[in-house]
Amino acid sequence: MQPLLEVRGLTKSFGGVAALSDGRFTLRPGTVHALCGGNGAGKSTFLTIVMGIQSRDAGSIRVLGKEAQFTRPSDALAAGVSIIEQELSPVPAMSVAENIFLGREPTGLFGRVDFARMNADAQELLDSLHFSISARSLMMDLTVAELQLVEIAKALSYNAEIIIMDEPTSALGEAQADELFAAIKRLKEQGKGIIYVSHRLSEIFEIADEYTVFRDGRFVGEGAIADVTRDALIEMIVGRPLTEEFAKSNTPTDQPVLQVNGLNAETWVKDISFTLHRGEILALYGLMGSGRSEIFERLFGLSPDMGGQITLNGKRVSLSSPNDAIAHGLAFVTEDRKGSGLNLMADLRDNICMARLDELSKLGFMNRAREASAAQRMIEAFGIKTPNDRLVVSGLSGGNQQKVVLGKWFLTEPGILLLDEPTRGVDVGAKREIYRVMSDFAAKGGAVIMISSETDEVLGMADRVIVLRDGRISGEVGRDALSANSLLHLAA
Amino acid sequence: MNTNADTQDFKARAADYGQRYGILIALVLVCAALALANEFFLTQRNIINVLRQASINGILAIGMTFVILTRGIDLSVGSVVALAGVVSASLATTSATAGVAGAPYAFYIALSLGILVGMVAGWVNGVLVAYFNVPSFVTTLGMLSAARGLTLLYTGGRPVPSLTDEYRYIGTGDLFGIPMPIVLFAAVFVVALVVLTSTRFGRHVYAAGGNPHAARVSGINVKRVRMAVYIISGALAGLAGMILAARTGSALPQAGIAYELDAIAAVVIGGTSLSGGVGRVTGTLIGALLISVVNNGLDLMGVESYYQQVIKGMLIVAAVMLDQARHKHA
Repeated sequence: MQPLLEVRGLTKSFGGVAALSDGRFTLRPGTVHALCGGNGAGKSTFLTIVMGIQSRDAGSIRVLGKEAQFTRPSDALAAGVSIIEQELSPVPAMSVAENIFLGREPTGLFGRVDFARMNADAQELLDSLHFSISARSLMMDLTVAELQLVEIAKALSYNAEIIIMDEPTSALGEAQADELFAAIKRLKEQGKGIIYVSHRLSEIFEIADEYTVFRDGRFVGEGAIADVTRDALIEMIVGRPLTEEFAKSNTPTDQPVLQVNGLNAETWVKDISFTLHRGEILALYGLMGSGRSEIFERLFGLSPDMGGQITLNGKRVSLSSPNDAIAHGLAFVTEDRKGSGLNLMADLRDNICMARLDELSKLGFMNRAREASAAQRMIEAFGIKTPNDRLVVSGLSGGNQQKVVLGKWFLTEPGILLLDEPTRGVDVGAKREIYRVMSDFAAKGGAVIMISSETDEVLGMADRVIVLRDGRISGEVGRDALSANSLLHLAA
Repeated sequence: MNTNADTQDFKARAADYGQRYGILIALVLVCAALALANEFFLTQRNIINVLRQASINGILAIGMTFVILTRGIDLSVGSVVALAGVVSASLATTSATAGVAGAPYAFYIALSLGILVGMVAGWVNGVLVAYFNVPSFVTTLGMLSAARGLTLLYTGGRPVPSLTDEYRYIGTGDLFGIPMPIVLFAAVFVVALVVLTSTRFGRHVYAAGGNPHAARVSGINVKRVRMAVYIISGALAGLAGMILAARTGSALPQAGIAYELDAIAAVVIGGTSLSGGVGRVTGTLIGALLISVVNNGLDLMGVESYYQQVIKGMLIVAAVMLDQARHKHA
């Protein structure tokens, strides 16, 4: 059968530096094709060229057998190629139908928008895809998963044959991801081709039929998912033989560090009790909206005291503000790196020092030499790839950004790390380093509580798991009894 | 090829310098052009004149820089200029001083009171913005009207005349031959520069403006920082109000109208981002000087003042357009 998309020898350089030197890709109808590669492998460059956002230096792109010369995203859209970007950009105050038909609203007399027809068309489209979303609801009332489904509907309304999904699950919980996967399967049945970009290997093995791997701007391999093992795929992506994926070096003690008793958070997270021990990695597991992040926010003084007791190293504490929590040795790597982890306008040095300004100053005046050496220390400790500490962090890759956040918190010399989705949007290589940092920290006498939606990660790293459902603890599982089944059973 | 790499490197460095010093280069070019066009421009008297004209706007713009760095805006500074001016001047008139027992101190009391009035107005702005989440545009628009109204109520719409010589010194006197407004402007600039670049509070301002959520999670009291920047802006507006009154010889209730616009213009021309977190007080200084130089140059060339406003408008927009283009390339 003729491929939907056939790319050969795609080349692109920026200022003399090759970002892509041999982009190769073949997408067949009715398949999900995973595009794999670490940060800087050339995936984004490849996609932006295919979408007509950037021009190519050389190479050929054939869509449905015809040579394509897209110069604008609208050319690609017209030829049946559409992309669902990682960061969705809906118009929040408009309805689903208005978003789907944005810029090409059906009009009636005197150019008046024909809302009745628009709503009917949109609803028909959504229904045909089995998406249970009302065309009249406002975008701001939808969940992230629903927003993605709307994007898919929008892509199909352009008669797209090729749909590119860039990290579509990075903001989804497991249940919502399943909803998305069901939609992807239906698209496959209709003969569409899907290019699926994700750092999450378990997803690739669940949903994809074929894979193509890029590394350092070059094509390194392709094949059927059925013919490749997880380890072989990782090796292809990373480019060197595998070490243990989840490096665990810590052994939990029975010495309590943090005791939480009958803690409430917000209005709906109730009666949370657990004990965290020195040297332990404790995971909070649960679906999105089960109250995981709310517990962290309460512990870090970001939300008000709603009752319950917190005991740190044997002493009752109130933890009424982040400053208070930091002073008690807590550190909080938030789920949303760009939203609440980094100051994207500032450089590495300022970001790394941000939670440690009191220590780095005297009588209100900053000690610049100490700021510089602190930043340097963290850059070295975490192997952050940067020419210098004056680079604005928005220019770093996801993995390096996450290391800056970790550096910021390690600088405060914490005793307890709260990690909320610490490896989201981070490539395989950087993930491993983050796992190593976690377990080293615990091995040296620290204690970690982590939240993760990736079951593999929880199974690989946690010494003990507390499962949450609807704002309450629904069970606790020790490392010996850990399995994906037991977790899902307790969470759903 | 090596030469190619060198060119690349040179280009990158040139772009970096352009980013850093673009506005300064513009200022130097304008000055050079004016110096060639008019022999009077580079005389000592004219330079002092330019600096003195820049000083009141410059002081306001420095306060505005703090506010804009935290993603806010302070539209009330012009009205606070008038309010602080009339309140402090009313204590410093010859008739008032005659009636006060501690007459020798009256001058200092009057000065402190002017700054205090500015701080109170700023505190009200800050509390509303930081603790009641009223957008700064709305809060300070309200204060723009309210402070002007209070000024008119306090004075009955009449000027506060006959200021004492002591008081007039801050507007018309000099220190080692340098007029006091320039001395005060320079002092405010140096203090602001040190605060923003070298103190913990300065780091807090940039962090709170760059990403308030991340700043909060990092233990920075973002609400307190927000409140503080409005108090700073108010205090500097108070100072500017007194200098203006002292220069004029009497405090006018209609003083300072639309001053907020020139202050915002200086900040924006100076490269501070209206979306917060990025900017320098040095840029603001250059922005204020550039506005003053352009006004002065147009005066010297005999351009009608109506045209001057049009040109200033174009200058503001052009500066921001350049800035946008630069960011696109970066």
